[in-house]
Amino acid sequence: MKLDIHKLLHLKTRSEKNEARRLRPEYKSIDTRSMTLVIKEGGLSATQLEKLQKVMKAISMILIYAFLLVMAIIVLVPFYWMIITSLKTNTEIRASQQTFWPEIVMWSNYVDVFDRFDFATYLTNTLIVGVISTLGTLVTTIFAAFAFARLQFKGKATFFALLLATMMIPGEMMVITNYITVSNFGWLSNQLGVFTAMIVPFWVSVFYIYLLRQNFLQIPNELYLASKVDGKTDWSYLWNVMVPLSMPTLISIFILKLMGAWNSYVWPNLVADKQEYRLITNGLRSSFSTTAGEPEYGLQMAATVLVTVPLLLLFIFFRKYIMKGVGRAGIKG
Amino acid sequence: MEKKNNWKAWLYLAPVVILTGIFIFYPLVNTIGIAFLKNYRYLTGTSEGFTLDNFGYVLGIVPRVYQGIELYYTDVIKFAVPNTLIIVFVTVPLSITISLLIAVSLNSIKWFKKIFQTIFFIPYVTNAIAVGMVFAVIFDGFGLWNFLFGLVMPTYWVDMGADPSKAMFALCVYIIWHSLPYKILIFLSGLQNIDKQYYDAAKVDSASRFKTFTSITVPLLSPQIFYIMITSFIGAFKEYSSVMGLLGKSGTAPGNNNMYTVVFYIYDSIDNGNVHLGAAAAVLLFLVILSFTGIQFWISKKRVHY
Repeated sequence: MKLDIHKLLHLKTRSEKNEARRLRPEYKSIDTRSMTLVIKEGGLSATQLEKLQKVMKAISMILIYAFLLVMAIIVLVPFYWMIITSLKTNTEIRASQQTFWPEIVMWSNYVDVFDRFDFATYLTNTLIVGVISTLGTLVTTIFAAFAFARLQFKGKATFFALLLATMMIPGEMMVITNYITVSNFGWLSNQLGVFTAMIVPFWVSVFYIYLLRQNFLQIPNELYLASKVDGKTDWSYLWNVMVPLSMPTLISIFILKLMGAWNSYVWPNLVADKQEYRLITNGLRSSFSTTAGEPEYGLQMAATVLVTVPLLLLFIFFRKYIMKGVGRAGIKG
Repeated sequence: MEKKNNWKAWLYLAPVVILTGIFIFYPLVNTIGIAFLKNYRYLTGTSEGFTLDNFGYVLGIVPRVYQGIELYYTDVIKFAVPNTLIIVFVTVPLSITISLLIAVSLNSIKWFKKIFQTIFFIPYVTNAIAVGMVFAVIFDGFGLWNFLFGLVMPTYWVDMGADPSKAMFALCVYIIWHSLPYKILIFLSGLQNIDKQYYDAAKVDSASRFKTFTSITVPLLSPQIFYIMITSFIGAFKEYSSVMGLLGKSGTAPGNNNMYTVVFYIYDSIDNGNVHLGAAAAVLLFLVILSFTGIQFWISKKRVHY
């Protein structure tokens, strides 16, 4: 069947046009050659539609930015409130008319806080525990990741699967027995023992072993074979090739682990029964909770600033490493 | 081609084998064992034999007989379980929705993207206890919250014997605030991996923003959403330091356990020497978490594909 394109598009054939011109002579004067085609959608022409889309896009962009701005303010408000509260007098903090800027700037809160909150001791304890447990973790992680990524041995797949399976077990499952273990070891009687109890159980992190192994696996096999040809041992290959090539991951692990020590609360709270053994977070929570009557929020917030600022500084300097290390966790999911 | 080097490999693994043996594998077995012992005393290592009552006692089903009187323990079933359920069903959906909206917005802008991304990540690098104390100041009787929303001063939220529903509200606000950055980070990296072709196709079909979001973004992001959902569920079951930061204790008034969680119970059992009961609670928690992880594996194999 011959397809009549004129019928399909409701166009008139030449003879029909001539017929129409004959019936309606006034159409003769219309010159169709100077006309332009206008496609209408929803009562709007193409140019209007384009304009409308631009306007809509601009409006949605404004809405998106407004939403992000509001959310960003909500995220930042607690930090702002922490800082200005740390600079207020106690009467101003507990007034029914809240102020968004301290009337009298109380720098003295930051001096007085050291009487109530033994920052220097807590800082030293936290740094000792944090650095030693981080370095230990790095050593065990490098060794284990090397064995899993590079060496062939019996039971490799089974042990690796077993380690990964432990990541699903809540730490609360281990904490009771571990407490009994460290007290049986006699670690809870003196400062050295308490620090050992806070460090040694955390020298292994299965997640970091997994992370570093993935990184080691990406190093091309040719490098290993070349070093074998050069007569290098596995040991020197590990420290001279694999470790330098994996520096970004190792830095991520170092920073995240150190932050973990700074933020750890539960286990140190269990094992450090004396104030002078405490880590910074325990010190922060216990230094102000025993006051009778009116809470001294000014001092409390000054101490909170002291605990928060080092973390923020670490974040500013190592933002890339921290976000990469944290983000890596989601990929396996 | 590469020969097996068994002893050498195990030498490299020795630190991990020893440490996980003492501090992960042995505790796992031992804790399960303790949970079935009657009146276990860890200082002497003695017990009165095998029992299933520890689980019943924790859940308030089996009483403890003390001087001829039957005592039912109800703090876990009356406070910890409902509190956990509220935390799960309020904070998880809300924080996922908010972080998804923020991630999608961040992904669609050009200017100030880096700076917004950094701001939204800051709560992650804070100390749960320290920020909890800041929220306690905000939710104080004379705090910012009451002032902003024009509430009567003092309206107590977290202390002075405040109503547990009020404390729970403050706790949920804090938990959501603290959990946003990780979720945004995971969602954003997921969004960046979605092929731009899908969005171009949607544009050609002149699909609306909303339609694009529900028909392209959410389905293609389903692995991340699902991963976040399961990890948040597990996190909610283990809630402890957020309550400790916000309240400093397990209730809105001294001696009151109305903000109790299961983990509180486990730590309290170490303090009061009843580790067999704590162990039973830990085993129950473990079973709940294990079943959630099982569901995750099962569904992620079956469903979360596009």
